[in-house]
Amino acid sequence: MGSYILKRLVSAIPVLLGITVIVFLIMAMIPGDPATAILGSYATPDNVEKLNRDLGLDKPLVARYFIWLGNMVTGDFGRSFSLNRPVLDEIVERFQATLVLAGTAWVLCAVLGILAGVVSAARQYGFADKAITFTVLVGISIPSFFLGMMMILLFAVNLRWLPVSGMYAIYGGGDLPDLLRHLIMPALALAAVATGVVARLSRSAMLEVLRQDYIRTARAKGVRESRVIMGHALRAAMVSIIPVLGIQAGFVLSGSVFIEIVFQWPGVGRMLVDAILKRDILLVQGGVVFVAACYVLFNIAVDVAQSLLDPRIKT
Amino acid sequence: MNFLALLFRNRLAAMGAVVLSLILALVLITPLLPLVDPDVIDTGNRFKRPFTEGALLGTDHLGRDLLSRLLWGTRLSLAVGFAAAVIAAVIGSAVGIVAGYFGGRVDNVIMRVIDMLMAFPYILLALAIVAALGPGLINALIAVAAVNIPFFARNIRGIAVGLAGREFIDAARLAGMGHMRIMLTELLPNVLPVIIIAMSTTVGWMILETAGLSFLGLGSQPPQADLGSMLGEARAALITAPHTSIVPGVMIFLIVMSINLLGDGVRDALDPRLKSGALSRPMARTKVDRKGPIPAGSDALMDIRELETQFHVKKRVYKAVGGVTLSVRPGECLGVIGESGSGKSVTALSVMGLVASPPGVVTGGAVRLNGEDLLDMPFEKLRQARGDKVAYIFQDPLSTLHPLYKVGDQLVEAIRSHHNVSNREARKKALSLLKDVRIPNAESRLDNYPHEMSGGMRQRVSIAMSLANDPEVIIADEPTTALDVTVQAQILALLDDLRRSRGLAIIFITHDFGVVAQLCDRVAVMYAGRIVEEGPTQEVLDAPAHPYTKRLIACVPELGQGRRELAAIPGLPPVVDNLPEGCAFAPRCDKARDECRMGDVALRGGAPRAGAPRAVRCLFPEEEIA
Repeated sequence: MGSYILKRLVSAIPVLLGITVIVFLIMAMIPGDPATAILGSYATPDNVEKLNRDLGLDKPLVARYFIWLGNMVTGDFGRSFSLNRPVLDEIVERFQATLVLAGTAWVLCAVLGILAGVVSAARQYGFADKAITFTVLVGISIPSFFLGMMMILLFAVNLRWLPVSGMYAIYGGGDLPDLLRHLIMPALALAAVATGVVARLSRSAMLEVLRQDYIRTARAKGVRESRVIMGHALRAAMVSIIPVLGIQAGFVLSGSVFIEIVFQWPGVGRMLVDAILKRDILLVQGGVVFVAACYVLFNIAVDVAQSLLDPRIKT
Repeated sequence: MNFLALLFRNRLAAMGAVVLSLILALVLITPLLPLVDPDVIDTGNRFKRPFTEGALLGTDHLGRDLLSRLLWGTRLSLAVGFAAAVIAAVIGSAVGIVAGYFGGRVDNVIMRVIDMLMAFPYILLALAIVAALGPGLINALIAVAAVNIPFFARNIRGIAVGLAGREFIDAARLAGMGHMRIMLTELLPNVLPVIIIAMSTTVGWMILETAGLSFLGLGSQPPQADLGSMLGEARAALITAPHTSIVPGVMIFLIVMSINLLGDGVRDALDPRLKSGALSRPMARTKVDRKGPIPAGSDALMDIRELETQFHVKKRVYKAVGGVTLSVRPGECLGVIGESGSGKSVTALSVMGLVASPPGVVTGGAVRLNGEDLLDMPFEKLRQARGDKVAYIFQDPLSTLHPLYKVGDQLVEAIRSHHNVSNREARKKALSLLKDVRIPNAESRLDNYPHEMSGGMRQRVSIAMSLANDPEVIIADEPTTALDVTVQAQILALLDDLRRSRGLAIIFITHDFGVVAQLCDRVAVMYAGRIVEEGPTQEVLDAPAHPYTKRLIACVPELGQGRRELAAIPGLPPVVDNLPEGCAFAPRCDKARDECRMGDVALRGGAPRAGAPRAVRCLFPEEEIA
């Protein structure tokens, strides 16, 4: 198992390098030079040239890439001019908030989605199945940002059950119950679409598995029906559900950009949008590479989980 | 035509189509409608509620007419979404076709790049592109299209690879066509349907993604509005004037939902498995819906009486088992023999309610174990009898053992489902079971997964599992069919041993007379869901009474018997949803006369107590039975 994890980590290196190349090339498409963008259009040519030299922008593209990459490997992601602090510090701080939000939403989508799918399959064509199918259809059709806004309107403004936005109360708070109260709405809004997708897939995976001969064997052995469904069938269905959970992690991470905006959540997505509007390129570049790298590593963890679940996968 | 009919039989898909066409029609005629200019600012009339005079849906924070903005915004959103879908489809498909057509290194490099692009959560890539190009609707369109290119490239490449190796491409090459021409005139037309389908399923996302970028303020810039930017601008007034948010939000929802409904309908209509209704899961127990009176039982250990099992698939009724009567006593082995499709497995599975249902239904008869009817027993009681009193051994243990559980755990589970024993005790019992079925190195085998064992070993495991709770009856459904001859002989010897030492009753289902001769005391021959002959094995083998039995025996080659004519039976068994009147074997029988095709032929004889152990369902039997 250890060697399998190592092998997967090594195989991730070219992907990570590829990500840096792609991000670097996209950023190199920027028309004009960043120095002018930073200094504004009233800067003197001398100042622009000096800043270009300081930023290493007078060097050829390939050299610039390797300098950037080398710096990143040593933990130097550059300095954000709009925030006037190291990019990495800002990203790490913001990413924690995103992790809390997206992580919660991902766990929610996995648990609720699989549960809904299993119930739906076990009660195929029954009332529960129809109710779940309909809810799922609505859930995957509402844009998460609109759902979030409607939740604010209902639960925060009209019913006053939950705070409107933010991660902690401004005065007091800061403890776990406070965080949870702030987390409920954004996490649910973020999880909605992914939950629907997971529920759909779990339903069809369960239906597929329930028709297999080994389920008949389990029933012929006299295994309790609850164990047939939650043990034998779900275990086998997980083999096709887990990869989708990995993909959904990407969608949840993507969706968190919108949810962070709607709920004023101090995460990395809001940071990226602000950075784009302020044309803080180093911050965008660093943020994108950092989050993409985390996602790649996360997917390796998903693959490892898959190999633990399915002994037929060669490790 | 068939496709469209299927699509519209799906009411939800039809609903999606109607809603989507309504929206499309509305945005197409928008320029012709008597609407106010969507960008005219009138701050005196800001945040007017819906249904007020002169503003059907109210006005926004600058007093602009929401209805007008909604229609123009929808028009823009749809246009941008479709444009992005077309661009992504064209570029992605081109990349996919090139990769698939050239293969080798070109393919390798392209697919590596595609993989890397797919390693990004989509929004990151889109944000990076917008960051580089600057905010704006066209740039958002480019970003969304770019993000979706890998999806098309990968799908189309998969199909193009398959096509590129086909003869018609070779032929085109030999005819001297250039690469470009082959790709455009030979490959493209063949992948076009897939491109269209992929587009129809992704256009919804792309509309949503562009709306999202506009919502973030990175797409359309004021005063121009698409649905996303309308929602984004309205967010500031969410609490005071919620209608400005709800109007564009509901529109996005309607568009995405109708596209989803339509897309699901398209997918369902194209998926042939769903067409046949095969994707329904079997319930825990076969449905029982007995029409006639329930026949009385006998004192046999297991007594199957006039059992009828049917499969109801749409309007068709397949009579898989049409009134079968069988019984076994303790220590007795009964062989049930017949060709595939003769109903022997369905008979066996009906006993413990294991026929897949839907579509299976037990429509008549009774199955009794020690005098108790299994068919109307409460489920919990039936479950307790399964594996404990009546155990099964199935054909092909690779698919019948759970692939993800160790065999030891599967054995332990069989024991613990019926006996309240500790895990350790159950494991000890599992070990002794594996030894009973003569598995070498039983201790280490407990920790094997089924795929790590040979076919013979796996079959021994299933036999061990069936013995786990010392059942009274074992139903073995072709347990040796998947095995080679030497292993088969060992397994049969093992079963025979167990039967004699434990006093088991065995119902042995097979299509092989050799196996029956070796193991069974009595044999029943099935054809088209009914028993056509029954009697002590040796008597039936020596002097078969039914023409079908005789021909079936003639099909078996025997070693050391010199040259003998092996006669295959001409024709095929009848399809059980359309059985001929009279004897079902008549169409293949060389002795059939007109009488055979008229009226039901009864099973005669079969009264062992009265000294007539044999029975036959034939008007003109080969041998007169006693």
